Amino acid sequence: MNMIEALNSAMDVALTRDPAVTIFGQDVGYFGGVFRATDGLQRKHGLTRVFDAPISEGGIVAVAVGMGAYGKRPVVEIQFADYIYPATDQLISEAARMRYRTGGEWWSPITVRSPYGGGIYGGQTHSQSPEGIFTHVAGLKTVIPSNPYDAKGLLIAAIEDDDPVLFFEPKRLYNGPFDGHHDKPVEPWSKHPASEVPDGHYVVPLGKANVVRAGGAVTVLAYGTMVHVALAAAQETGIDAEVIDLRTLVPLDLETITQSVSKTGRCVVVHEATRTCGFGAELAALVQEHCFFDLEAPIERVTGWDTPYPHAFEWEYFPGPKRVGDALRRTMEA
Amino acid sequence: MSGRKDILMLKNSARLHVPEPGCRPGETPDMSHIKVPPAGEVRRPAEDTDPAEIRDLAWALIRVLDDAGDPVGDWNPGLSADMLEKGLRAMMLTRAYDARMVRVQRQGKSSFYMKSTGEEAVAVAAALALEYGDMCFPTYRQQGLLVARDWPLVDMMNQVYSNSRDRLKGRQMPVFYSSREAGFFSISGNLGTQYSQAVGWAMASASESDSRIAAAWIGEGATAEGDFHYALTFASVYQAPVILNIVNNQWAISSFSGIAGGERTTFASRGLGYGIPSLRVDGNDFLAVYAVTRWAATRARSGLGPTVIELFTYRAEGHSTSDDPSKYRPGSEAAVWPLGDPIERLKAHMIGAGLWSEDRHGQLEKELEEEVRRAGKESESYGTLKEGARIPASTMFEDVYKEMPPHLVEQRKQAGV
Repeated sequence: MNMIEALNSAMDVALTRDPAVTIFGQDVGYFGGVFRATDGLQRKHGLTRVFDAPISEGGIVAVAVGMGAYGKRPVVEIQFADYIYPATDQLISEAARMRYRTGGEWWSPITVRSPYGGGIYGGQTHSQSPEGIFTHVAGLKTVIPSNPYDAKGLLIAAIEDDDPVLFFEPKRLYNGPFDGHHDKPVEPWSKHPASEVPDGHYVVPLGKANVVRAGGAVTVLAYGTMVHVALAAAQETGIDAEVIDLRTLVPLDLETITQSVSKTGRCVVVHEATRTCGFGAELAALVQEHCFFDLEAPIERVTGWDTPYPHAFEWEYFPGPKRVGDALRRTMEA
Repeated sequence: MSGRKDILMLKNSARLHVPEPGCRPGETPDMSHIKVPPAGEVRRPAEDTDPAEIRDLAWALIRVLDDAGDPVGDWNPGLSADMLEKGLRAMMLTRAYDARMVRVQRQGKSSFYMKSTGEEAVAVAAALALEYGDMCFPTYRQQGLLVARDWPLVDMMNQVYSNSRDRLKGRQMPVFYSSREAGFFSISGNLGTQYSQAVGWAMASASESDSRIAAAWIGEGATAEGDFHYALTFASVYQAPVILNIVNNQWAISSFSGIAGGERTTFASRGLGYGIPSLRVDGNDFLAVYAVTRWAATRARSGLGPTVIELFTYRAEGHSTSDDPSKYRPGSEAAVWPLGDPIERLKAHMIGAGLWSEDRHGQLEKELEEEVRRAGKESESYGTLKEGARIPASTMFEDVYKEMPPHLVEQRKQAGV
């Protein structure tokens, strides 16, 4: 399965297993979503379980919160992460705090799926990586898969989770493990082992990172598209990097991170989102708090620049394998 | 150059219009602009009437009790003596409760309070017209829902005091109650968010063919929030079984209803653009509020979809204990409010109908004050904001997530609580 097929399969499994699961969002019903993630689900599960919503991100999440209070398990799609901002009040002030503010009487077992990240010539309104806004909020979980197998297992885990989960899907990875070499064709997922996705139910637990490349020289912390960019950078520089796919940003698998950095003594943090106050800042802070005496070099951050995502200059903006490779070299030379 | 000169000479009649209320502090209050039609004047259409035929009701004012306290017209719900007494009692109890909770706030025993004085019928009549299982998504000024549903005052006070028995564990400001058991949804300070959530709850209920409906309340001021538009859009699109109440109490803290758009049209009429039947009702008339709520509930339960109800009322006191309304409106404005007081009006009706007397009223008032006092003593024995028993501070790390993640376990250790 490619990533879209894996996500579709996850939702199909969830709809089949739990009658409370309800899916809605813009264009997700009859049409099956602009990225086709919900293709065929309305036909199979019915109009009242998978349906189109008005162009109203705030309304979509509000209605999900209300349905969650009733006892449903809503899975909503925000068509692009760039459009999520009208829903931030419902996510931050409502969903995230429902369990807390009601002493556990109510909660928001909702999953908000949203394609994020750049590399598709989407300009500033179809390319953003807003995960850092949500990782800052107590009560939300933030999940970002990097391959089809994880995408399905993590999405099922997110749907079954009783806390609100933001599930950001790196849209550049939908069809293949894009490694940042935008001038080369992307190889399809079918050639990648993570495209072996079981048809049935399984979960990849939230809060568990994955060491996708073992190495001894430097630890690279990445998620989403940047996992594949980091792997390419390691291969191209010949530096024996240990690449960790975080998979879940909140809750974070700090143990896997600190074990690795304690071993390598070096750390490069990579994300596509803008740098200032990005999730990388949190990672760098945690690494220095927990691994300071093991560090042999300053922690490097390779990120998107602190500019809006520019349409014609996205490859200058995008932290590709060359920039990650340069950071690896600098870290090794320090 | 000549072209530019022509442009400069064009007459510009546009002016920035900033709405101002009719009177400010120091001026004689005047509410003569409020048109009060006679009670009984508005027809009561059948619940399944085509919404297109009742659009005029969004500009009408449904009233049942006339100036003499007699119920007149089609909307008279014909309530039993028991129901009338129940309503009167719940409104009086709400008022007595509010009075005590402001006093204890002034004594420093709690941080904050919000009264519903003058608006008791809005919540109490609705609560009695709804079924107990119907789910309410209120604002902070519908404490009357809990009172009318016989929720224990002690539990409400425990929340206000954030004391050792506060089920919300000291996490919410006073009056931000939550009671799943009483069908009273958690109050939010971000105004309007409950309105769209109520529609989601109602959609879920409809998808289960559940007979329970949702009812939501919003202030006229917060109708300017996006959530109001989201709620009406989704309610209309999916024909959700929900009653969308707009409590127009004329004031949003210091901003009069004109700042929310009240000068141009009624708040009820906003529902019409969404194709939702919309009624405007005298919010200080217990019988009228009961009747319209019942009408809307029947529609919702019959699969006829949502109803918008504007409850025209007056916030007789400040926004909260942090507010001083004499800074922005004449102090005696409440006295000239043309729709009177909901308790006085129901009382007059019941006396006129031979169901009640001044003596019984005075006696009930004393009984309720005593009931509130007893509840207050009990609640205070479980602690107040700054004195007595409290919930352990370590609980502040609980319920952020269903299971405490490692970083919160660590932070709780660091906090030393």
